[in-house]
Amino acid sequence: MPGWPYLGSIVTVGENGTLRGTPVTAARLDAESAEWLRALTGAGSQREAALARLHELLVRIARGEVRRRGPRLRITGPELDDLAYQAAADAMLAITAKVGQFRGESRFTTWAYKFVIFDVSAKIGRHFWRNPAVPLDAEDWDRLPGRFGFEPAQEAEWRDLLAALRRAMDEVLTPRQRQVFVAIVLNDVPLDSLVLSLASNRNAIYKTLFDARRKLRVALAANGYIGDDPSRSS
Amino acid sequence: MNGRPELDRFLATDPRDVGCAKAMELLHVYAELVAAGGPAEQRYPGIAAHLRACGPCGEDFDGLLAAVHGDTH
Repeated sequence: MPGWPYLGSIVTVGENGTLRGTPVTAARLDAESAEWLRALTGAGSQREAALARLHELLVRIARGEVRRRGPRLRITGPELDDLAYQAAADAMLAITAKVGQFRGESRFTTWAYKFVIFDVSAKIGRHFWRNPAVPLDAEDWDRLPGRFGFEPAQEAEWRDLLAALRRAMDEVLTPRQRQVFVAIVLNDVPLDSLVLSLASNRNAIYKTLFDARRKLRVALAANGYIGDDPSRSS
Repeated sequence: MNGRPELDRFLATDPRDVGCAKAMELLHVYAELVAAGGPAEQRYPGIAAHLRACGPCGEDFDGLLAAVHGDTH
């Protein structure tokens, strides 16, 4: 496969389908990517053939991805296959709409695969709410020892730590941080599923959880329950 | 108590972490660099830090890498 030395090539596609390099031209693309661009931004039967080929490719990647994730999902059989086809169809729309934004930083197919992988993720996240294991606002504290591998035989040792964590959650987290932490950590709601129920996006929810983790760590460290964050000591 | 290190790890945050938006934007570049045996982590330490901490983005990265490998093997 083409290696990383060609990363950084910048190629854009004009409205009429011509390639505009800034400052690199299409020649910097590998031949296969250049051909994809040429065909998809062209017209007529060549474009139709390229679209069919792209769809076939996306279906293959989507099916492979749902198979890869399948064992960890509560989705099986034809439903999983449907999900793959839907993801491929949605990715197809996104790619054809955004082909002009392909900048040649990778092979075209790698860029295209990214769309279908994201679509598989989003559809799996949506599927969670069809049959959620717990209500969003529940607080399932009993699952926490198992979540972090605390052994029942040593409960006397970790009970204080978990009580301190619970206190810190009440004292240092904002309501939104607490809501996100409870959903993801206590109730095991997948982050992508929480994104949907809170009408948010992955980046915002991750950032909220990131800030919650940081604040809880500081609070626990201040009271001697855990050590200082090694990534902040340098 | 075996769980303390796991809780410790979970609560640890890496200041280099670029977040989901940036990681998703460059995931195809990063995955291809990894697949080619290039210095992905050195070139993009913030993405590497993010993929270690973010389950969904890590899962997407694994899937994309598998897709790229499927093309090349």
